[in-house]
Amino acid sequence: MKRAWILAALLAAAVVVLAVAPFVGMTRIPLTALWGESDHPVLVDVLWKLRMPRVVMGFLAGAGLATAGMAFQAMFRNPLATPFTLGVASGASLGSALAFHLGLTACWLGVSGVTLCAFGGALTTIALVYGLTRSRQGFSTATMLLAGVALSFSFSSLILFLQYRSDFTQTYRMLRWVMGGLDRAVSFADVLGVLPPVAAGSLVIFYLTHELNLITTGEQLAASRGVEVDRTKKILFMAASLMVGAVVAVCGPIGFVGLMAPHICRLAVGPDHRFLAPASWLFGGLFLVVCDAAARTIMAPAELPVGILTSLLGGPFFLCLLLCTSARREVA
Amino acid sequence: MIADSPSILEVRDFSIALGAQPVLRGVSFGVARGEALAIVGPNGAGKTTLLKCLAGILAGGSGEILLDGRPLSFYARKQLARRISYVPQADAQSVPFTVEQFVLMGRYPYLSPFSPIGRDDRRAADEAMARTGTSRFAQRRLDTLSGGERQKVYIAAALAQGGDVMLLDEPTTFLDYHHQEDIRLLLRRSARGSATTTISVTHDVNRAALESDRIVALRGGRVVFVGTPEAIMRPDLLAEIYGCPFVLVDHPRAGLPMIVPSSGEED
Repeated sequence: MKRAWILAALLAAAVVVLAVAPFVGMTRIPLTALWGESDHPVLVDVLWKLRMPRVVMGFLAGAGLATAGMAFQAMFRNPLATPFTLGVASGASLGSALAFHLGLTACWLGVSGVTLCAFGGALTTIALVYGLTRSRQGFSTATMLLAGVALSFSFSSLILFLQYRSDFTQTYRMLRWVMGGLDRAVSFADVLGVLPPVAAGSLVIFYLTHELNLITTGEQLAASRGVEVDRTKKILFMAASLMVGAVVAVCGPIGFVGLMAPHICRLAVGPDHRFLAPASWLFGGLFLVVCDAAARTIMAPAELPVGILTSLLGGPFFLCLLLCTSARREVA
Repeated sequence: MIADSPSILEVRDFSIALGAQPVLRGVSFGVARGEALAIVGPNGAGKTTLLKCLAGILAGGSGEILLDGRPLSFYARKQLARRISYVPQADAQSVPFTVEQFVLMGRYPYLSPFSPIGRDDRRAADEAMARTGTSRFAQRRLDTLSGGERQKVYIAAALAQGGDVMLLDEPTTFLDYHHQEDIRLLLRRSARGSATTTISVTHDVNRAALESDRIVALRGGRVVFVGTPEAIMRPDLLAEIYGCPFVLVDHPRAGLPMIVPSSGEED
């Protein structure tokens, strides 16, 4: 019952954050701008055309990345598996950079070429990392992290190569985008592009929480309890990659949300994915919205890309996790 | 070779390779309904692989494994899980769940997605924990338990899963005498009065002889013996299976001899 209360509290907090965040920023916006009454019509535009889509996008991005991170952690049975450490975010970045470079920015059926390429990059990376980790006996943390890091490096250099080959405006666009942020002109059209993949991916993961629990206890044991392990994992990888691809295509690689949010939630609600999944979704969303609100105020009038802030928080968090888990293993 | 009673499980000319390494070669035997069968053999004989194939969790291989006359692949995964439960070696890997959560996961084949765990599931889990004496640490995390306690929890989850075939991988090998005895009594109690068929893997022939109706011996992936505990107690046969000499001594109470490896100081 305690867990249900925590979920309710998270939901309430998410609602409050979503309501307040649009009013936070360099420009003070009166409440009346909500219904279009203001002395300065430009404030109405700032609220509805800039802040609102940005806040909603931040929430979707955070929720998607956190839920994807949670799914990766369960499937690799490893707390350090995240879209970032597995190289999935870099793969998606490379896909997007390629799309920028080739000018595949048109939309088909509301899905942009960038999103498709980012999804392709994410899926390819996860298949590679999973294959590499699997080919060595057992799932060792070292193999997984090394495979992820090695792929990230290769992808980063490929992105640099693409930048080198691009003209100046393309390069600037890519560079800015690789920092990861919500500050580039995010419109409601972008939000509508990200909403379906994030909603679909999240629903798939929410649907498979029993299976995630069992896979955490071991794949063969899960199979003996009746889980179609291979099929389930394929579906989960697709769902998580879809979300990461969609988010990265618009916001760039926003690091470490997928690491921190599931972990903090695990401390609060425990390892049961029936509670952990909605908690990670809500917390990831509100966490990124708060970070973004902070990023656009701490250095005002300059706006910091939120990716820089999350990575700054995430680095020490990751180290802490690495040290704490290895210490616990040595004791056991 | 196969007993007259109708077999619940039947293995026919089954072979499997893991990677390039052939692990089982032309294995055939039957398991009677309600029987307690032990699979013995030296390390690397393919015992655990055979058990996993019987559980249907290792794909591939040639030949057939039949459950009630139908190949395992005929059954849907959940359907199979309602018949066959599998108790792996309770190693010390980190499982973050509490005992109660873990035992409840044994009810997975009866759940549908999004549905909350029902009253029947809770009752089955409570009963399984009561029968295995694990209720008192129901709220503790699995990875804080001792090896013996953890083994009991794994068995409790298998009991909650139900089914009429239970497969156990070295259920007592890594436990002290007290816990070995606990698990043995527990398994015997849960087998009695129900039609549960148990198949356990062990390398300990003495224990297998005392606890099972029949024994299958593997060596190098082949079946080298199928028969009663009395029949396996022959020094020449055991030397062939394990590749080292044995002598037989009388067990003080059971009507069976015991084996003792005899290479060593006498040489």
